Amino acid sequence: MDLSKASFWGYKRENGRVGVRNHVVILPVDDLSNAACEAVANNIKGTLAIPHPYGRLQFGADLELHFRTLIGTGSNPNVAAVIVICIEDQWAKKVADAIAATGKPVAYFGIEQHGDHDTILRASKKAKEFVQWASELRREERPLKDLWVSTKCGESDTTSGCGANPTVGNAFDKLYPQGVTLVFGETTELTGGEHLVAARCRNDDVRKKFQFMFDRYQKVVEAHKTNDLSDSQPTKGNIAGGLTTIEEKALGNIQKIGRKCVVDGVLDKAETPTHPGLWFMDSSSAAAEMVTLVAAAGYTVHFFPTGQGNVIGNPILPVIKLCANPRTVRTMSEHIDVDVSGLLRKELTPDQAGDKLLECMFRTANGRLTAAEALGHREFVLTRLYESA
Amino acid sequence: MIHFVVHEEGDGVGVVVVEGVKAGQHLAGWIMEDDKDIEVVAKSDIPIGHKVSLKDYREGDTVIKYGVDIGRVVKPIAKGEHLHVHNVKTKRW
Repeated sequence: MDLSKASFWGYKRENGRVGVRNHVVILPVDDLSNAACEAVANNIKGTLAIPHPYGRLQFGADLELHFRTLIGTGSNPNVAAVIVICIEDQWAKKVADAIAATGKPVAYFGIEQHGDHDTILRASKKAKEFVQWASELRREERPLKDLWVSTKCGESDTTSGCGANPTVGNAFDKLYPQGVTLVFGETTELTGGEHLVAARCRNDDVRKKFQFMFDRYQKVVEAHKTNDLSDSQPTKGNIAGGLTTIEEKALGNIQKIGRKCVVDGVLDKAETPTHPGLWFMDSSSAAAEMVTLVAAAGYTVHFFPTGQGNVIGNPILPVIKLCANPRTVRTMSEHIDVDVSGLLRKELTPDQAGDKLLECMFRTANGRLTAAEALGHREFVLTRLYESA
Repeated sequence: MIHFVVHEEGDGVGVVVVEGVKAGQHLAGWIMEDDKDIEVVAKSDIPIGHKVSLKDYREGDTVIKYGVDIGRVVKPIAKGEHLHVHNVKTKRW
């Protein structure tokens, strides 16, 4: 596939970024505001509440990550406008102001001294205004480089490593030279293959930062583990699918970064990259956590290879699922966007499989709903670093 | 028909990519990286996605897949047998 003149149809936002969806998000800062947000989303059709269980008495780096994730979610170009609701007025303003820096319409509401009824009434009026405004925005043709593509795999099995993950790798190798902004992560899930990622880093500075993040995460595992993690990494699903050790899982995982891409930089959780290229994000390997973090970093399309059949989606980031396991493709067909099982029958070359994924990427970017979107999968899971105060 | 795939020449395991492999079955394999054919006779029933051993292993041996160490053998494994968590463990953690 010649991508040199490739383009897609997206929504150009006020800050120059380009989205492929046009959500009006009703964003709670804390668990207490979920009910009001869901009521507003119920009142005003075409809006999307993103409930979650956290936001109270967090502190330090954990609180910073909470804010970074919420602000990043609202700032993502797949989002047209945002209503922020918090129990406390000041934190609602803090999140709203940071999102408003992108130039998009934002309004905020605090529940204290107003109650749910009054808050829901006022927020619903504003949400109606936003959603009608957003409904008149039009897609425009944009160069491929305006797309930001993330990847993370889930419920992997051995077919992931020889089929679906190398397909993502093939697509990444084709997107990278076009100046697309790419990311992968899953820090502990590189265990056994971390030297291969280190060898792919652009320079010693990037390599050192990557190694620091990898070593730090290993210490977390060492400090808290009660066995060899054979109940968690690989997961029961991974083991049922034939993956035996974390090393085997990691080596399959790493196939996603292709053979030619260079790791240009590293990102903290939910951190926005500063230039095109392939980035590594220090992150959990739990699917919804990682996808939530890359959505908050500003990514607009996601490649999700699966073996045994993970069903994950995200509220604002279209998650494209691909699978090479013929049994999963048969038993869970409603979840699979791209069937690459032909790779394992020699009916599809890696190059053809990569093109098949890219074709789905363009259709998705142009507006086609993914399986996860059509099925209503909106998993939004905030990463916590430690206990609340 | 391809019953199992091997990532690269030198790997000690293949991945079964069809359902219903039974002990005694002659399996046709494909070494993907080198585009070569390989054969093995299954000595166990092996589910789709699970690995068939391509050599005899003794306890303490290292299993190679993708050309890289994926763990240590904790129980002897004969060529053609099912290789998984019951006979191979991680060297990490």
